[in-house]
Amino acid sequence: MKTYRSYCMVCAGTACVSNRSFHIKEALEREIEKQGLQDEIAVVTTGCNGFCAVGPLVVVHPEGIFYQQLREEDIPYVVEEHFLKGRPVKRLMYSPPGEQTPIPKMNDIGFFKQQRLIALRNRGLIDPERIDEYIARDGYFGLAKALKMKPREIIQEIKDSGLRGRGGAGFLTGLKWELTRKAKSNGGKFVLCNADEGDPGAFMDRSIVEADPHSVIEGLIIGAYAIGANQGYIYIRNEYPLALKRLIIALEQARNYGLLGKDILGSGFDFDIKIVRGAGAFVCGEETALMASVEGRLGEPRPRPPFPTEHGIWSKPTNNNNVETWANVPSIIRRGAQWYSQIGTETSKGTKVFSLVGKINNTGLVEVPMGITLREIIYDIGGGIPHEKAFKAVQTGGPSGGCIPAELLDLPVDYESLSEAGSMMGSGGMVVLDEDTCMVDIARYFLSFTQDESCGKCTPCREGTKMMLHLLKKITEGKGTEEDLETLEQLAHEVKETSLCGLGKTAPNPVLTTLRYFRDEYEAHIKEKRCPAHVCRQLNTYRIDPDACTACGLCRKECPEDAISGGKKQPHLIDQQKCVKCGICFDVCKFEAVCID
Amino acid sequence: MPKLTLDDLRKIQEKSRRMTMLREGAGKAKITVHMGTCGIAAGARDIMVAFLDEIEKKDAKDVIITTSGCAGLCSREPMATVELAGQAPVKYVDLTPEKARTIFTDHVLKGKIVMEYALALGSERTF
Repeated sequence: MKTYRSYCMVCAGTACVSNRSFHIKEALEREIEKQGLQDEIAVVTTGCNGFCAVGPLVVVHPEGIFYQQLREEDIPYVVEEHFLKGRPVKRLMYSPPGEQTPIPKMNDIGFFKQQRLIALRNRGLIDPERIDEYIARDGYFGLAKALKMKPREIIQEIKDSGLRGRGGAGFLTGLKWELTRKAKSNGGKFVLCNADEGDPGAFMDRSIVEADPHSVIEGLIIGAYAIGANQGYIYIRNEYPLALKRLIIALEQARNYGLLGKDILGSGFDFDIKIVRGAGAFVCGEETALMASVEGRLGEPRPRPPFPTEHGIWSKPTNNNNVETWANVPSIIRRGAQWYSQIGTETSKGTKVFSLVGKINNTGLVEVPMGITLREIIYDIGGGIPHEKAFKAVQTGGPSGGCIPAELLDLPVDYESLSEAGSMMGSGGMVVLDEDTCMVDIARYFLSFTQDESCGKCTPCREGTKMMLHLLKKITEGKGTEEDLETLEQLAHEVKETSLCGLGKTAPNPVLTTLRYFRDEYEAHIKEKRCPAHVCRQLNTYRIDPDACTACGLCRKECPEDAISGGKKQPHLIDQQKCVKCGICFDVCKFEAVCID
Repeated sequence: MPKLTLDDLRKIQEKSRRMTMLREGAGKAKITVHMGTCGIAAGARDIMVAFLDEIEKKDAKDVIITTSGCAGLCSREPMATVELAGQAPVKYVDLTPEKARTIFTDHVLKGKIVMEYALALGSERTF
């Protein structure tokens, strides 16, 4: 290995790649060579660093200097100033919103400071396409330790750690392993990794696979050894090309090192992993549908029991966990259950990865200890709401979860607290909503997603979600009645109770939680025909403020219905009879003269 | 026949130890070569190369080497600052590659300050 004095870690997660991070990498290499520094400074591509909001980004070690929002034309200056002359470039560092002083080092930035990394321990620190770098950071040492333990001891260790499924339901991982271990089989068992992440706004699992594919592979091998499986599957959606590519490379490298295949590390244990690519159906994230898809059948769920631990892929006992769960396993084995169970709360141990999106300053990927409050995540790590707007709610758990209002901001984030609030942990999506969001519209949006993704096998989900969506549309268009609201609520409970699988059982959650916390907004739509957030356009009345209007004529020109009249130096006027409430006048006015009543 | 054993894993890890420590920003010693225009003109690059070469030859895994701008004493360039963990930094002046190698062996590795090349003990920090 060459002796470098410095490493330039270029983020190459999907978000930064789409912000041209590979061009940044090439520019860095070009300039470094131009200055004759190629033997001193190495450029490394890593997985997602987490702070997607300010990408493309580069972290320079050993100093830990954090550069953000880089452009190719910045690179020659950075190389000359920082790498050659040792003067880090202040103007490319991160400054918190509203502050002038830049923060040079990554670990001093609020977004990173409060995070605790276990599943993402290697993010930004290794090249995910090099197995040696994974090994350098203790990779596969957990496996080596596990292979010297008895399967029973491994399962006990996982049980003692308190690890619960990170896919949403939060089932005790060690217990699931034990059930699969004890299940009788007349021809093999399987371990399965669910990488079919499909919630809108969620990218935890994709980022883990992109940043550290070997952690998932190592987890699967340990699990397989503990359970007694010789074959594993990773079900990953084909819409994740970068994650898929890195996974394929990682599997190949692990095979070359004999970490997959026969007699792993001389233990006599044989195991290999096959990738199955999914076509991106949301329902295939449900384990029975997923397993049907692995077998090549239509991705439709079936009733449980029998549970997959007894009756899984090809009717054999199958242990299914999601990406994040598997990625936690190597560290638990290596450092012990005692260490892991110190982190988190009484019932929810360890850390959880969240993707923080929506109306938030620091969009990105965060890993935090369980029990942290929503306020800490949204304000201390997420940097608060942009444009000094007020926080309204946070949607956790994606379309299966619910909206949690501002008065519950101090709620600790763990499985039980979120369920009590009517939401769920889910796989870890967090969509932040500000005062400009209409909660009825949000419920409509999430329901339109689940309705679209409903496989149609069971009636409550197929017909129920359709009817619920119809009612929500009616309400947002101002045609809803009080009876509709009652029907909606009743339907929501029935769909929740009678649907076949998790998709239908959780689809009404956004409706139920918005009804619970924001009923007044529904009532305003129905009784007063008014959308308090001015989002539902059919309920808006557009009016031009004659004092603010400069008679520029832009709205008159853009109005598709010729509903606006007015001449030179004359305040304009909207003809409410002709107005179709498209909102174009509001969008185009440069003087904020168009108001919504 | 397994392709890899636990010992092989350890070897791979040991080989990468320097890389891992650098990325974690950890190290017992830090050498800063002053690379302002004055430093570069006086031959700071050769000093840097000499230090890097020593790190490789002596297989020193926990030594961080970095650059900084002009130290303010342009007439005594090339200069370097050596800082051992928990000790005050030492500034060396009028360096040559040979002097750099001596400093590396005596001060960085053995902890003995090379008084004849040293300017002063100071507390300047570059980051």
